[in-house]
Amino acid sequence: MQKNEIISINSSSDVVLVRQAVRQFAVELAFSLINQTKIVTGASELARNTLEHGGGGTVNIEALDRGTRRGLRLTFEDSGPGIPDIELALKDGFTTGNGLGMGLSGTKRLVNEFEIVSRVGEGTRITITKWK
Amino acid sequence: MERIAILQMGHFLLVTIQVDMHDHLAMTLQDDLTNRISKTSARGVLIDISALEIVDSFIGRILANIAKMSRILDAETVVVGMQPAVAITLVELGLSLKGIRTALNVEKGMALLRSSLGDSQGGSMDGDAEK
Amino acid sequence: MSLNGQSKIPQILKNHEAEVLADWLGEQMAAGIRKDLLKEIELREECREFLELFTDAIQQGNLTNIQSTEWRSVREMLTSVSRTRTQKGFTPTETANFVFSFKQPLFKRLRQELGQNGEALVEEILSASNLIDKLGLWTTEIYQKTREEVILRQQEELMELSTPVVKLWEGILALPIIGTLDSARTQIMMESLLEMIVQTGSQVAIIDITGVPTVDTLTAQHLLKTVTAARLMGADCIISGIRPQIAQTIVYLGVDLADITTKASLADAFVLALKRSGFAIARSKPTI
Repeated sequence: MQKNEIISINSSSDVVLVRQAVRQFAVELAFSLINQTKIVTGASELARNTLEHGGGGTVNIEALDRGTRRGLRLTFEDSGPGIPDIELALKDGFTTGNGLGMGLSGTKRLVNEFEIVSRVGEGTRITITKWK
Repeated sequence: MERIAILQMGHFLLVTIQVDMHDHLAMTLQDDLTNRISKTSARGVLIDISALEIVDSFIGRILANIAKMSRILDAETVVVGMQPAVAITLVELGLSLKGIRTALNVEKGMALLRSSLGDSQGGSMDGDAEK
Repeated sequence: MSLNGQSKIPQILKNHEAEVLADWLGEQMAAGIRKDLLKEIELREECREFLELFTDAIQQGNLTNIQSTEWRSVREMLTSVSRTRTQKGFTPTETANFVFSFKQPLFKRLRQELGQNGEALVEEILSASNLIDKLGLWTTEIYQKTREEVILRQQEELMELSTPVVKLWEGILALPIIGTLDSARTQIMMESLLEMIVQTGSQVAIIDITGVPTVDTLTAQHLLKTVTAARLMGADCIISGIRPQIAQTIVYLGVDLADITTKASLADAFVLALKRSGFAIARSKPTI
């Protein structure tokens, strides 16, 4: 199964759409309930990040099939202000917005792979992968 | 606009969250609930989240805020029915929601509210009796 | 591959099927088959079936690639042979020898038929040898795969067995942990404990670590996570069976268990759990 879906994130109801789409992918990949919940929660955090800090953007949801390993990869992209200090942004409790400061650091703990690329003034791309 | 219903049961308010909440809805709930507490002088708030499939840091913050605000308005908040997968994910996310009281279901949450209210009333009566 | 045209092997096998079969069986009997695990009649049937499928496959002319469709039935047959032998307790050598022992009778027949043509004989033997090696390795591969499957299944079973959640009383659960706590195990443990809390509506869970040999930072964190998750759902945890050296390690590691109720023994924890649930224990007869 190689498929993907791109959803744009421009309002808080889009965040709900992202959650639902990611859930559907995870169910199709037969993720356990715990892993479904983890990836959907991570998606929710990052989608809100994209909306609030990136001024909107897109997410690309991909189903991965590497032989015996199956997984789900989400790539969030925005062309917002970027993150000046990534290390600081990944610290527990660091917040600029309305959350509890657990968005980025917490999401990293929910997935198997976490990659963040950001340029000030150009935007941010965060990729997370959860293997089954 | 879509809203989450708040039911009144005696001294308690009961909120059952059954939709995939978007952020505005959660903010509206926070407003509505604090208004209702002060209008009804409710002593306790039960928030049933057994139908919620995820709790992320935003919803976590809303729940924590509701608990703090209602305490200022002299009402206890109990969050009930969190699913195991949601609880595991929240812990992994790094949120322990300290300061929020929890119970397994509405019934147990109600009992918890009654006993904590009963205790404080009982305490004051004992004090009166001593005088 | 082919030697100025077609290989002679298919024709030779067809013409001398019975003799080759008899030789092959003799070869295996002489080498000593495990009569305790396999009856001679079963072996004969397996050899006959292999020879038949092998002849069919080789006739298609592909002597190099056993992964091709022509060889599918041979592969499937060897897979099933290899699987049954693995389960019966044959060694990998014994299993692979089923195929390798086919070389002698085949080569003997080739020598008899092509003896006068040395060049052709060498080429035929080389290609047949190559082919049989591949088939032999295939049985070994299946052997190993079968073993891995068994190990994987046992691991899973062990995981489930090693995390039993028991109901001690109305509203009181216990999770006695035995052995080392790693991430995978804690995850399963956490899940089964939380599921049971929902199912039984229990408000107190006792996690007994008497059987846990050592506690490191990671283990302690896993325990903390379990307790926190249970609390989020509305259940309290008590950790019992903390041995003195584990208490020392926990303090040295700087792990904060201050928020968690701990008791020395499962019995103490149970009494506390009963008390919290509103029960009292009384002795109805004096101690004898």
